[in-house]
Amino acid sequence: MNAVTNPPKLHDCRDAFVAMLERLGAENPRVVAVCNDSVGSSKLGGFKARWPERLVNVGIAEQNMVGVGAGLANGGLLPFVCAASCFLTGRSLEQVKADIAYSNANVKLVGISSGMAYGELGPTHHSIEDFAWTRVLPNLPVIAPCDSVETAAAVEWAAGFEGPVFLRLSRVGVPDLLPAGHKFVPGKANLLRNGDDVTLIANGTLTHRMMKAADLLAAEGIEARVLNMATVRPIDTEAIIAAVRDTGAILTAEEHSVYGGLGSAIAEVVVAEAPAPMKILGVPGIFAPTGSAEFLLDEFGMSPAAVAQAAKDLIARKPGRAPTP
Amino acid sequence: MQPNDLERIARQIRRRDLQAVFEAGAGHIGGEMSCIDILTALYFRVLRISPDAPKDPGRDRFILSKGHVALALYITLAKRGFLPEDEISTFLKPMSRLNGHPNCNKVAGVETNTGPLGHGLPVAVGMAKAARITGATYHTYVMTGDGEMQEGSNWEAISSAAQFGLNNLTLIIDHNRFQQGAALKETNDLAPFAPKLAAFGWDVTEIDGNDMPQIVPALEKRTARPHAIIAHTNKGHGISFMQDTVDWHHKVPNAEQYKIALAELSEAL
Repeated sequence: MNAVTNPPKLHDCRDAFVAMLERLGAENPRVVAVCNDSVGSSKLGGFKARWPERLVNVGIAEQNMVGVGAGLANGGLLPFVCAASCFLTGRSLEQVKADIAYSNANVKLVGISSGMAYGELGPTHHSIEDFAWTRVLPNLPVIAPCDSVETAAAVEWAAGFEGPVFLRLSRVGVPDLLPAGHKFVPGKANLLRNGDDVTLIANGTLTHRMMKAADLLAAEGIEARVLNMATVRPIDTEAIIAAVRDTGAILTAEEHSVYGGLGSAIAEVVVAEAPAPMKILGVPGIFAPTGSAEFLLDEFGMSPAAVAQAAKDLIARKPGRAPTP
Repeated sequence: MQPNDLERIARQIRRRDLQAVFEAGAGHIGGEMSCIDILTALYFRVLRISPDAPKDPGRDRFILSKGHVALALYITLAKRGFLPEDEISTFLKPMSRLNGHPNCNKVAGVETNTGPLGHGLPVAVGMAKAARITGATYHTYVMTGDGEMQEGSNWEAISSAAQFGLNNLTLIIDHNRFQQGAALKETNDLAPFAPKLAAFGWDVTEIDGNDMPQIVPALEKRTARPHAIIAHTNKGHGISFMQDTVDWHHKVPNAEQYKIALAELSEAL
């Protein structure tokens, strides 16, 4: 009879977000929430019940929502503008650029249900372009936490930071990975596992798949370094250069198009500062077929086994290695 | 300050604007001339602001949503003491903080960065809503172009301002009847604006937007609901050959035209 192990408890990072938002709201009356008829999907019901006058629901009007957020900040408030990430970034990108980033408005943009989270709802609701769209904007830190611990820590940091922030959250359940009490440091990757054969870098839900892939690799005697790189901008240049120096190859994975996201940001550093074999896993530049988030991530070569295989292929490309037959 | 004094200041601003467009070889002179009377009334009579405390939390807010007429705003702000008047000569020059659209992080008195159209009104709704939440007593003003009202984001904001009951918000539409490429009525004619704003639940006042005795009371009027002023203006107002012609949206006068225009504006001084 096989031993029964309890599966780890899964957390929806939105719960950590609103719990921290309500804590901040209780401490600071300037904290307000702005949304686009997304009280339910942004889980703002509790905030609304406690402070109905501080919940600004503009209805289904994302351009107005982001502009209103900038105006609220100008009026001395600390707005968290919450909406499905696909609409928050896609529909109101020019407002994010001009009203928030260029104006340097103290607004926290919270993209909910990002990446492939809306799975079966299809490509209109997938937010796999948002890193690319937002990370080109000056003044706008772009952050995708990997679990509820990091989500709470990043929200707390964002509230204390004077300036715009884009937080990209998921709704897919994930276990806690970072230790309780973890302090979020923007622009700094977390070393989750050390190794010297290859470095696996991810953020958001993909960090968990990287950890599982590292377990599979370890079983074959391959030691992978795993970095959780929540901040896509500013990218952690130091950690990338160190990864190349110590491990000689970098494999990235993300709930995003392979074009323009975390992998691209890392590749920009690798090309300029530390050339080395590298591979970027993600949505391969197509509109996804029907399927759940988990199904699609597997489909696009990001199951732990596929990630492990990609890592082995990459290791074979390291200088001085014989090519794989 | 009385209407006579405001008219004199507006003429000085027009002259400086003409000179700056001529010297810089660029600008949006038609739409600048149409709204300078309103800017003058705002900055020299209506707005509770101080160049010594441009970030005072209780200040009135003004957003120039038609950011392409930044030059008119710069000159007005300079005349009101927010930046040195001689800095206007740097307009559009390399490294000048006075580029073609206003920047709130570089120029005191500018509240938010505008340029792309349809941005100012949503931000103004947020400012007015903030005052409602915090209990602040400032009033928020925003000026859009009439062609700019073709941007859908404005109507999202108009609807939400009514929903929020923002009687601390005044929208001024600079209705000069022309946009960049043609007359509004040949492009996408939203006029008449008044019944549309009224249907959205706003109080509406229609004025001659180049007539100071009408401008001041309209700006000072307080209403139970959000207030829209439809300011009927003339593109290129004050310069006979520019007036009401689409060509002068962003054309630059040649030396001879400059001389004539300067003479016309000086005559009125």
